[in-house]
Amino acid sequence: MTKLLDLCFAGVALGAQYALVALGFVVIYRATSVINFAQGGFVMLGAYFAYNFHQTWGLPFYVAVVGAMIAGAIVGALVEALILRRLLGRPPFVIIMVTIGLLILIEQLVPMVWGQDPLPLGDPWGVRAVKLGDVAVSVADFWTLGIVAVVLAVFFVYFKYSRMGVAMRATASDQEAALAHGIDSGLVIGVSWAIAGAVAALAGVTLAGGGGGVRLDIELVALTAFPAIILGGLDSPVGAVVGGLVIGLAQSLASGYQPEYAPWLGSGFDLALPYIIMVIVLLVRPYGFFGQREVRRV
Amino acid sequence: MARLLHVRRPGGRPSRSLVRRTQDRLRLAPSRSQRVFLIVLALLWVVTPSYLSDYWLDVLARCGLAAIAAIGLNLLTGYTGQISLGHAFFLGVGAYAAAWFGVQQQMPLLVWLPLCAVVGGLIGAVIGPFALRLRGNYLAIVTVGLLYIGGLIFNNWESLTGGHAGTATAAPVAIGPLDFADLHVFGQVWSRRQGLFWLVWLLVALAALLAKNLVRTRPGRALQAVRDQDVAAEVVGVNVAVYKVGAFAVSSAFAAVAGGLFGVVQQFVNPSDFGGAPGLLLSVTYVAMIIIGGMGTIGGSVIGALVVVALPNIIQQVNQSVAIPFVKSGPTATDGVITVFQLNQLLFGILIVVFLLFESRGIAAVWQRVKRYVVTWPFPS
Repeated sequence: MTKLLDLCFAGVALGAQYALVALGFVVIYRATSVINFAQGGFVMLGAYFAYNFHQTWGLPFYVAVVGAMIAGAIVGALVEALILRRLLGRPPFVIIMVTIGLLILIEQLVPMVWGQDPLPLGDPWGVRAVKLGDVAVSVADFWTLGIVAVVLAVFFVYFKYSRMGVAMRATASDQEAALAHGIDSGLVIGVSWAIAGAVAALAGVTLAGGGGGVRLDIELVALTAFPAIILGGLDSPVGAVVGGLVIGLAQSLASGYQPEYAPWLGSGFDLALPYIIMVIVLLVRPYGFFGQREVRRV
Repeated sequence: MARLLHVRRPGGRPSRSLVRRTQDRLRLAPSRSQRVFLIVLALLWVVTPSYLSDYWLDVLARCGLAAIAAIGLNLLTGYTGQISLGHAFFLGVGAYAAAWFGVQQQMPLLVWLPLCAVVGGLIGAVIGPFALRLRGNYLAIVTVGLLYIGGLIFNNWESLTGGHAGTATAAPVAIGPLDFADLHVFGQVWSRRQGLFWLVWLLVALAALLAKNLVRTRPGRALQAVRDQDVAAEVVGVNVAVYKVGAFAVSSAFAAVAGGLFGVVQQFVNPSDFGGAPGLLLSVTYVAMIIIGGMGTIGGSVIGALVVVALPNIIQQVNQSVAIPFVKSGPTATDGVITVFQLNQLLFGILIVVFLLFESRGIAAVWQRVKRYVVTWPFPS
C-alpha cells in the first residue's frame, strides 16, 4: 500500500512536470497550429537562465525564477518574430523541421555558454521530504504541483477574462474571422510564443530543482510530453494537464510494478509506455480526449 | 516568350535544352547533356576507388546507403506529403534483418538484401494505415512513437539484436564468385572498402532508377496528387488509402535496404543506433537530407545525402590540418570555444533553418534556377 501511494505521488509530480511542458505546446498550437519541437530546448534554456541568475549573479531564488520566465518569454517572442513569422502559412512539415533545427541549435549553444557538466540549481527545495503518514513526499514535488495548479488557474482566468486571452481564443477558433473583428493576430501569435517560453522556463526550473540539477538532458522531457499532448488533444490546456498526469502516473506505476509483475514486457518498458498509450488512444480517438476535431476543406 | 525560344536546328532538335513538352518530363533522361552526365557518373563510379583513401571510401559508402534511405523518405515525404520522423526505425529493421538472414542464417547477398526490403516493406505497410487517420502534426508525433516502441523491441529481443550489447551485422556480400568484401578481379586484389563502395553505389543507381520510374509513371502522379490535395485526388479516382499505405511500404523497404547496408558497412549495430532520442536525431538527419537536397526530386535525395553525411567528415579532416578559428583541436582540448562535433551540429541546425526559410526546395531547385537562367539567357527566365 505504501509503495502504491509512493508511486502515485511520484507519478503525479512527474505528470505535473509533463503538464507544464505540455501547456507550452498547447499555447503555441492554439495560436498557430504548430507543434514547437524546440519546446524542450526552451525548457532546458529556462533552467540554465535560472541557474545563471541565481548562482552566477546572486539574485534571490524566486527573483531568479521570475527572471528566467521573463528571459524565456523574450526568447520565445524573438524566435517567433525572427524565424517563425516568415513561415506563416507554410505546411506543418516545414514548420516542424524548422523548430527541430532550432532545437539542434539550442542544444549546441547551451553547452558553449554553460559547459557540458551538470550544475546545481541551488533551489531552496533541495532533496528534503515531508512525511505524510507512511509516504515520504519531496518538497520539490509539492512545489511542482502547486506551480502547475497556479499556472492552470492563471491560464483559465486569462483565457476567459482578459482581452488578450479572448483574442487568443478567437484566433484559435478561426483566424480569418478574428482578423475581420480587428484582432491583431500577429500580436496574438507573438504573445503565445512568449507565454510558451515563460511556461517552459518554469518547467525547466521544476525539472532542475529537487536535486535534479541543471543538465543538458532536461530537454529530453519534451519528447515524453508529446504523448501527453496527444492524449489530451493538441489544443486543450485542460487536456494537457490531464494527459500529463495520466502519462506521469502510468510511467511511475509501470516503473514500480512492471519489473515484478510483467517482466516479459522487457527492460525500459516505462520509457516506451507513454507512446504505447498514445498509439492506443489515437486508434480510438484521433484528436485526443479534449481536442477539437479538425475540419478539412478541399 | 515561349514562341521566341522555340527555335529548331536543321536536324529538328530543339537548340536549347528546355523541357517544353510533357513527354520530355516523363523521360528518364530527356536531353543529351543528361545522358552524357549519367555516363560521366558511371565512369566516376568505376575509377573512384582507385584514387581515394579507404577513409573517404568509407565516408562515400555511408553517403551511398544514406542516399538509398533518403530516396525512400523522399518518395514518402517529398512526393506523397506524409511526414515521418520514424525513418531510423526502418533502418534498424533492415540492419537486424541483415543480422538475422545474412549473419545468423548465412544467406547470400541476393537473398538477404531483398528479404530486408520485404521485411521493411511489410512493417511499413502495417504502420501505413496510421497515416490514413492522422495528418501533419499528429502523424509526426506518432512516427516519433515508432522510435520509442521500436527501441523497446530492439532492446529486448535479445536473440535477434543482442540487447544492449549489440550484434554483429557483417552479412556476406558475395554475388556468386564476386565477393565485394574481398575482390579478386583480373589478378587485382581490392580492399573491403573499395568493394563496398562499388556495391553500395551500384545499389544507389538501382534505387534511383526504381524510384525515378515510379514517380514518372502513373503511381508517381497519383502520389503527387495525394500530396497536393488528397480529397481532390480521391474525387478524381485516386485510391488514396492504397497509395498512402503503399508509399509507407515502399519508403520503408528502401530504408530497410539502407539499414542492411549500414549493418554491412558498420559490421556491428546497437539498439541505441536506431531507437529513442538518438533515433530521432538520425531520422531528423534523413529529413534534413531531403530538405537540403530537394523535396520531390530523386537526384536531390542523393545530393542531400552526400552533403549531410560528408560535410562533418570534411570539416573534421580540415580541422586536423588547418586550425579553424574558435574550434578546438580535440574533444578535450582548451584552445577554442566549440568542438568539431558541436560545430557540425550547429551547422546542421543552421542548414535546416536556412534552407527552409530561403529555399525550401533545396539544392535541386537552386540548380534548376541556375540552369534555366543560363539556358534562356539573355531572356529573363
